Amino acid sequence: MTVASITFSVLFYLAFAVCAGGLVVAVARYARVPAPLKIPTTPAPATRIGVIARMAREVFFFESLFKANLWIWFFGWIFHFALLVVLLRHLRYFTQPVWSWVVMLQPIGILGALAMVAGLTGLWARRFLVERIRYISTPSDHLMLVLLLLIALSGLAMKFVVHTDVVGVKAFFLGLLRLEPQPLPADPLLFVHLSLVAGLMLVFPFSKLLHAPGVFFSPTRNQVNNPREARHQAAWAAALDGKR
Amino acid sequence: MAAAEVKAPSLREFGEIPALSAGAMGSSKPYIANDKIQQAIGFPGELRQDWKEHALGKMGELLGKYRSLQVFMDACVHCGACTDKCHYFLGTGDPLNMPVARQELMRGVYRRYFTVAGRLFPRLVGARELTRELIDQWYSYYHQCSECRRCSVFCPYGIDTAEVTMAGREILDSIGIGQKYSNEIIGKVHRIGNNLGLPGPALADTLLGLEEDVKEETGVDVRYPLDEAGAEVLLVTPSADFFAEPHVESLIGYGKVFHAAGIRWTLSSKASEAGNFGMFIGNFEQLRLIALRIREAAIELGVKRIVVGECGHAWRVAYSFWNTLVGIGAGAKDPYAIQLQSQLDPNFRQPMHICELTWDLIRRGALKFDREKNDHRIVTFHDSCNVARGAAMGDTPQDAFEIPRNVIRAVVNHYVEMAPGTTRERTYCCGGGGGLLTDELLELRVKGALPRMEALRERVNSHGVNFMATICAICKAQFTKVLPYYGFDMRLVGGVHQLVSAAIRLK
Repeated sequence: MTVASITFSVLFYLAFAVCAGGLVVAVARYARVPAPLKIPTTPAPATRIGVIARMAREVFFFESLFKANLWIWFFGWIFHFALLVVLLRHLRYFTQPVWSWVVMLQPIGILGALAMVAGLTGLWARRFLVERIRYISTPSDHLMLVLLLLIALSGLAMKFVVHTDVVGVKAFFLGLLRLEPQPLPADPLLFVHLSLVAGLMLVFPFSKLLHAPGVFFSPTRNQVNNPREARHQAAWAAALDGKR
Repeated sequence: MAAAEVKAPSLREFGEIPALSAGAMGSSKPYIANDKIQQAIGFPGELRQDWKEHALGKMGELLGKYRSLQVFMDACVHCGACTDKCHYFLGTGDPLNMPVARQELMRGVYRRYFTVAGRLFPRLVGARELTRELIDQWYSYYHQCSECRRCSVFCPYGIDTAEVTMAGREILDSIGIGQKYSNEIIGKVHRIGNNLGLPGPALADTLLGLEEDVKEETGVDVRYPLDEAGAEVLLVTPSADFFAEPHVESLIGYGKVFHAAGIRWTLSSKASEAGNFGMFIGNFEQLRLIALRIREAAIELGVKRIVVGECGHAWRVAYSFWNTLVGIGAGAKDPYAIQLQSQLDPNFRQPMHICELTWDLIRRGALKFDREKNDHRIVTFHDSCNVARGAAMGDTPQDAFEIPRNVIRAVVNHYVEMAPGTTRERTYCCGGGGGLLTDELLELRVKGALPRMEALRERVNSHGVNFMATICAICKAQFTKVLPYYGFDMRLVGGVHQLVSAAIRLK
């Protein structure tokens, strides 16, 4: 075991713990804080099934964003779904034997990586080219896009420029999963890629990336619109009931 | 005073988005409430010594009480979807009127004091200190939002700036900086019974006058009853309906509908106001106390139904919040709510919008109209934001749009829609909602009306529209005031039941 192997083993255990723990804390907070009033943005579905359909359209198709701005929708949707494909493609590093649909996904995964770069580039360009979006962009908005772009580019470089020892990489991650750390191939590009990914996992629960769990808790989207038919009340508001 | 200088922005030919004009509206702010107004509704009379600690404490409290605020503070990614959706931004070009920027005035403070990233790397994530200057900016820009929720339609996470504005106003109130207009009105509701401060005897006089006017005009004895115990319907309507033009025309219309349908109804001097400015200032306790008057009046008068007149935010409060607040609806368990439920007729929706009531009657064939009485009018309909995006009517989610239109089409021959991006859930606020309907904000109100005025102008030119119907007292008052700035006749705006009133056949 090299120093690098030990360092990356520790780093990934840490990153996973921080990311998962942070997300649990955030989700628990969202779940604990009550929504005292019915505030769905109407027209809104009046049934639970309708709400599930609304949320599904929001999460899979970015429905509201589609209504808002086709360019942001286009780049944003391309990026997110390319990212999903790329993540699924990476399952091959964590499963043995590799599931057949993950095998089938391998060639599409490369397209996904290219689409991801295209989407991110489009999103980043908007932060420079559109005055209104330039105005609202913070340094972390730019950094987040740079981080994701570098992850995608370093990954692509290992595919197309300097091949890395993918068998060794797989052994490393299977080792992590089995709690038996294995050596990591000594490849600078791989080190860069993995460091950036670990960095992304570390900042996830402390950043705007909380939009991922947040959308599911957004009262304007997840509430059933039936206030006349069923009483909706938060515990702290119910305590006022007896007052008069 | 400022009124003479206010000029309407020029109408945009192709609806292009304005270039940023930083600070354009930085000096716009409503009058601050004095200590009497503040203390009357339980807020500090002047800026607290410990305002900063107190404001942050209040913010922490609200983050723990409102999931909306907690999620909305975290979830924004600065994507920009909302940046061109606010009528105040479109009318002023002030970047802080972009919804995301308005939220960011609070989100920066949230990050600085409530998040790890903001404490460690404030510059990186746009975190900022809560300073006296920032408090002033909050006061200015949280009073340049009409809580119309248009931005929330387009946000991929459903972030609703209205929730942030309400929290901002609530925090400001809690440290002693209140808005005179809204807080004075809330005091009047508690003291006198309605927003306009119209005492019971004056109300009775006004209604008597209306009966005489209608008798003179139609020859029929249409009644406008007040505090009549045992009536079937309690009508709760915005107090502007009692005397303001064109509002009163709709009140006359409600009375004619009840008369023609043979429904015994009454107004209440205790609940002589449908409006609930507790929502505007984001104060749950005021929202509840103001709503309680309705329940008390309904119980005292022994009515079987509660119907709400033409008022946008009142309908949002009635439809979406009354059941939660005071159990008007189904399911509440406290003794008063149970008494109310045993008294109200379960065969009707409770509460019911006046348009739902009228449309149900029309569908049943209980009302007859002479539509040609409205033939001098070419009518369009302005969806009011709180009805369109904060409430519902009827059986399906779209009925809040369809029912008022159905009523209009039943009583007029010439009806035209405005451009699709400006109606239904995408409707533009009139520019005067959310507690901004006050003279010192006239510049903001005129500029904020720009997108609606553009859509209206287009139909005036193409179809000769000469009547824009709405179902909101604030829309009516706001348009009456700002239409002339855009070269229109102020009488171009009116109520849906004003049209009903003109065409309905009385027995």
